[in-house]
Amino acid sequence: MFDSAILIPSLLNGITTGAVYALIALGLTLIYGVLHIINFAHGAGLMLALYGVYLLKERLGIDPYLALPVMVVGMFLLGYCLQRLVINRASHGKDENILLVTLGLSIIMENAALLAFQSDTRSIETPYTLATVTIGPAMIAVPKLVAFAGALVVSAILVWLIQATDLGRAIRAVAREKQGAKLMGIHVDHVYAISFGIGLACLGAAACFLLPAYYVNPQVGNGFVLVAFTIVVLGGMGSFTGALLGGLLIGVVESLGGLYLGESLGQIGIFGIFILVLLFRPQGLFGARS
Amino acid sequence: MRTRRIFMTQSAAAASAMAFPLIGGAQPKTVKVGVLHPVTGALAYSGQQCRLGAMMAVEDINKAGGIKSLGGAKIEALLGDAQSQPQAGAAEVEKMNEAGVSAVVGAFASAICLATTQAAAKHNLPHVVDVGVADQIVERGLKNTFRFGPGYRKCAETAVANLHVLNTLAGKPARTVMIIHEESLFGTGTANLLARELPGYGYEVKEVIKHANPTRDFNNIVLRMKAVNPDIVIPANYYNEYALLVRTMQQQKVQPKAIYSVLGGAASSYKFVKEFPDAANGIIDCNHWFNPKDKRSAAMRKRVEAQGQFFSYEVFMAYTATRLLADAIERAKSADRAAIIQALENSTFSDHIMPYGQTKFINGQNTGAQPLMTQVQKNDIKVIVPREFREVEPLFPMKA
Amino acid sequence: MKRWRRDIAVIVLFVGAILILTTSSDSGVLLNFLMMALYATLLAQAWNILGGFGGQFSFGHALFFGTGAYIQSIAQMQWGLGAWAALPLALLGAAMVGIFVGALSFRYGLKGSYFALVTLAFAEVFRILALSVNFTGAGVGLMLPLKESLANMQFGSPRGYVYLILVFVVLALLISCWLRHSRFGAYLQAIRDNEDAARALGVNPFGIKLGAIALSAALMGAGGAFYVQVFHYIDPGLAFGPHTSVEALVAAIVGGMGTLWGPVLGAFLLHGLSDITRNLFGQLPGINMIIYGLVLVLIVTFMPRGIAGLSATLRARLGGRNG
Repeated sequence: MFDSAILIPSLLNGITTGAVYALIALGLTLIYGVLHIINFAHGAGLMLALYGVYLLKERLGIDPYLALPVMVVGMFLLGYCLQRLVINRASHGKDENILLVTLGLSIIMENAALLAFQSDTRSIETPYTLATVTIGPAMIAVPKLVAFAGALVVSAILVWLIQATDLGRAIRAVAREKQGAKLMGIHVDHVYAISFGIGLACLGAAACFLLPAYYVNPQVGNGFVLVAFTIVVLGGMGSFTGALLGGLLIGVVESLGGLYLGESLGQIGIFGIFILVLLFRPQGLFGARS
Repeated sequence: MRTRRIFMTQSAAAASAMAFPLIGGAQPKTVKVGVLHPVTGALAYSGQQCRLGAMMAVEDINKAGGIKSLGGAKIEALLGDAQSQPQAGAAEVEKMNEAGVSAVVGAFASAICLATTQAAAKHNLPHVVDVGVADQIVERGLKNTFRFGPGYRKCAETAVANLHVLNTLAGKPARTVMIIHEESLFGTGTANLLARELPGYGYEVKEVIKHANPTRDFNNIVLRMKAVNPDIVIPANYYNEYALLVRTMQQQKVQPKAIYSVLGGAASSYKFVKEFPDAANGIIDCNHWFNPKDKRSAAMRKRVEAQGQFFSYEVFMAYTATRLLADAIERAKSADRAAIIQALENSTFSDHIMPYGQTKFINGQNTGAQPLMTQVQKNDIKVIVPREFREVEPLFPMKA
Repeated sequence: MKRWRRDIAVIVLFVGAILILTTSSDSGVLLNFLMMALYATLLAQAWNILGGFGGQFSFGHALFFGTGAYIQSIAQMQWGLGAWAALPLALLGAAMVGIFVGALSFRYGLKGSYFALVTLAFAEVFRILALSVNFTGAGVGLMLPLKESLANMQFGSPRGYVYLILVFVVLALLISCWLRHSRFGAYLQAIRDNEDAARALGVNPFGIKLGAIALSAALMGAGGAFYVQVFHYIDPGLAFGPHTSVEALVAAIVGGMGTLWGPVLGAFLLHGLSDITRNLFGQLPGINMIIYGLVLVLIVTFMPRGIAGLSATLRARLGGRNG
């Protein structure tokens, strides 16, 4: 129905957009996989990270890609403190309470940003914001290509972290069997906080890759939350490879859906997949059968 | 003993004062007006800009001596937050009603205005709508509702008629059109009207693309644009999406003969022009705009920018709506709601910076209200149509 | 068996209190508050039936709300029915959607977060569909014509609306009371506490859960129908957006899940809180919501079983110390 001059760029667009979604989902899948909480504050976390990148560029002139180390470390610390000092204390370990606490936190974060930055939309200008690279019939924006590369790198780092380090082993142990891990001397609260911190650190990275092609305002996170949840479920809760591939897949589905059904109705493809995966393969593509 | 006597004397004096509250022509010291906007939530930016405009008007009125026919009574603004939800807006109206407001100005968004005008009607509370472009707001037969500015039907009709004028003058280079609109009330309503009007003038609507709020990426829509290759692209959406769309077009090097917006979110926005001058260049918009020939508008723009804000349409729409209300209170010579409604019905308010001429309300809609066509030229927004307000010659088409 | 008599007595007292407040006051603010607080209560009660008593957390309860709201509007505007005739259709339609989603989800064994997420997904799907089809008015939404009369379920005075919503709230209270004391309710709670054990004892989880979701959805649909009768306007975002889903579950959890009065307490508290904070610091928008969020976190921290469970929480705390 569509010729390759439209289909190929559309697919490539989908993949690169999906890469950004994957970056956001990576953190969410870790948080869910380890702490088993649905983090309602993930969108607000992304929003704060975006403001961080924005401020670093506007006030200190630091390019978003160079700001990566700062953002990752900063968001990690924020996440660690939030989990250790607030979420853990407030929720007493009950699922529904964690939900409410993260919801409350997201309200606080969104409105604190509203107070601090006001409500107008901000964006940054970099020399490469409008640059494109020609791949076949497609002109792909440079920031999106960089985001794609970034998603691959971040996923690889996370997989290495989880599989090959002691910390990763501790995280996996806590995720699988909390009591057993405690008995083995693993400090569970600390591991939980580290996991939440890493989850938010991923958002820090995502923000560095996202802002050059997008914008920030206090509500910006809300637009990504549902897509992120879909990817986490599609990829398998707790699987980084799953989040990466799931993100790319969802990006393509969104793109093709938009092409064939129109941009508004096309969004249904994402949620259609969400429902189908939940019903027929809830462990997702790469998750373990629980 | 003495204190008791003093107490009794003072009480008697107080009692008689209460029994005859208006002895000696005593006037109310202030007139309470509710200023209701969505200052938190998804619409926070627009809501806050509206509030800025309304408060500027209150400040100006009070500085110039308040409501003179009420002995210089000052306007006291009661601020309300509609929280970007209709039910919050309605609840605020109830609170304002109980606090004794004489009128309400607000509430920017059409969906919220529907709820607030209705709530106000129950108490016969006059409600001036500052923006709210949905025509349903003034078509429900509510006697208390008055909209100073145009609705989207007027904007769509004006836009199409003017497009035809511009196109004809340039030798009819444009024939095909692509409409890109946001999916909710304002975008869908406007797009429906455009799609209905345009063929009548001989234009072919090749495609109508509806997109979500928010849309995270416009590359596919721009791809469609490349494929369809319309002469004119007509966007009708909010600031963020408009900006992203136009920037994506710039990035993908898609340049139609004209970008012709109708109520375009970023099209006649000083903020957009300042931040993205290249992308904004040449864009035409049919939108709320002030009268450029009125020197006060330039002064107001400077004043708003001096506060570090942009002189966006929300500011001057809310400003003039508030002044309309103050004028009505002045002529009503009373803070009584029914009197103010009466005064608004008969309003001939003309001392304003909008290009509406003398006010005349029919069923709550100011018949003089009209949008203006602007174009971004040389990093500034100038009026191109109608001729009486023209500041520069239109550049149409943008590219041959 | 005597306990249900006590519950009914408290319900009667509650109704009495509301009626006294309503008839004795002329304050638009108070009546509006009562109306909206009771409305929030209905939503929370609906959620509580499935989430509290049934243990199936739903993140997409707006799905049923929106269905009820749209059917109520469409029935009047396009099928020519009166408001009172439309109401049962709205409830039925919402219940049917509930059964549909429930049948799919429970048949495929969705529980916990998976169930929560699938309800969220369905709500989004309906929202996107509502934006695209004509009979919902698509993006423009549907506007109910203003015609105040009892026959039209549109009231000039907020009192009428308070009475109307009170009827629904009482209905939900009676249903919750029935769940507390009936066999069906016992089965439902058994399934909540341990589904496998319940099945082993001969309970049919699928059927029971389906019944619960149908009830929950119908009540939520009533909330949607009520909303439309008050505000006369519905669009896909208002109908199926996350705002209503969150409002329902937060009030139910804060108030105390699985209790009779939890949703009432939670809804009144949160609604009151949001009302009070809305205009504090009017000059600095945003602070009001920060306070709201803080209070939410604090409530959860210090009342982990919700307000209704406060006595249990206190007992646990104090009992622990006395050993």
